[in-house]
Amino acid sequence: MAEEVKVFGRWTSPFCCRVEIALRLKGVPYEYIEEDLSNKSPLLLEYNPVHKKVPVLVHGGKPIAESLVVLEYIEETWRRNPILPEDPHRRAMARFWTKFIDEKCMPIMWKSLWSEGEMQLKLMEETKENLSILERELNSKKFFGGNSIGLVDIAASFLSCWTEVLQEVAGISLFGEAKHPILFKWANEFMSSDAVKVCLPPKDELLSHFRAMKEGMSATKAGQN
Amino acid sequence: MADKVVLLSSWASVFGLRVQIALAEKEVDYEFREEDLFDKSSLLLESNPVHKKVPVLIHNGKPVCESSVIIQYIDEVWTKGPSLLPKDPLQRANARFWTDFIGKTIYPCGSKIWRNKGDAQVQAAAKKELIGILKQLEGELGERPFFGGETLGYVDIALVPFSRWFYTYETFGRFSIEKECPKLMAWVRRCNDRESVSKVLPDPHKVYQRNCGLKKRLGLE
Repeated sequence: MAEEVKVFGRWTSPFCCRVEIALRLKGVPYEYIEEDLSNKSPLLLEYNPVHKKVPVLVHGGKPIAESLVVLEYIEETWRRNPILPEDPHRRAMARFWTKFIDEKCMPIMWKSLWSEGEMQLKLMEETKENLSILERELNSKKFFGGNSIGLVDIAASFLSCWTEVLQEVAGISLFGEAKHPILFKWANEFMSSDAVKVCLPPKDELLSHFRAMKEGMSATKAGQN
Repeated sequence: MADKVVLLSSWASVFGLRVQIALAEKEVDYEFREEDLFDKSSLLLESNPVHKKVPVLIHNGKPVCESSVIIQYIDEVWTKGPSLLPKDPLQRANARFWTDFIGKTIYPCGSKIWRNKGDAQVQAAAKKELIGILKQLEGELGERPFFGGETLGYVDIALVPFSRWFYTYETFGRFSIEKECPKLMAWVRRCNDRESVSKVLPDPHKVYQRNCGLKKRLGLE
């Protein structure tokens, strides 16, 4: 009998979305448990005592944390529809690009959305350059993984609805058809694929969530002045 | 056709040293090219155009960048030597999790200690944080001889090069890691018994001298 799979996540998190996409791609049934990050469950704290964060995948009672670690675990445990190539050099390249996305693209884009003035301009430039780098890597492929969705595509899922919503909330333009046409086309292709579209949060709800977050931040700042 | 393996790195780079230990464990012959990080070679800039950093492993002309990626590559290509990662997916996930943890915590925290320019509060906080990180790692090690179990593995290789930087952190931060984390230091000594580690890792005093020079050069004194 197959062991139970659970995902502890937060609907607003692109990191959690990554895990669900990978499970869907591989046809792995799972139970999703929504976490309130302002009031974390004892189970979450037990399963991820080091970081106390989502996502956490629990397979047969055993927890795995950190989304990219989880993706590799999913790949190694459920072999159907592989998300990594067989060739070691191509695997290394896929891992390199997922690290680039995780350690450079995403954090710098996130900071650019919430910062102001000169700092914001600087971070926006850096973000646009990072996206251009990604675009050059994608080149003429349908997906980063080639003809089918792979590890890098899944890691880049924040470029789907999140980027669109966050740009609207922040009132800045970082990523669009004009500036990054190839990557933009990829994002649409990615978002419309079966395994992905069911995992993406509804855009209007995500917009409300981040608008509220921004208002909260502005209120805190006004209170501090 | 014989494999041609070149490693672009710097003698004191903890990330480069990880790769050197992995190559030594697998008994892979390679050419080491020392990079001047203030005057990077065109080969380095071509091989790692995104980050322009060491280490870069060039295997038959194809570059691989990022130390954790390189070590997994080495493990997948040279399958005759000892396995660096466990076979079981859950244990592999655990090894990746702790390597990710080490990569994100020790270097930035250690830098706040030795690169500190007279801010005692920042340095004190960083010191406390580093001790916390090392104690967490001690907890994860438990009673095992190595993080990899009976032999050196992925996590051991990721962590042990930092042990040659401990003297730098201790001297600038004025504390003793042996005193705070004796079990971890016992693990360090076990690692040093392995030739792949002892022949590769630099003298901690030389690392300290290098860091003193670097601090001066960067105007952080």
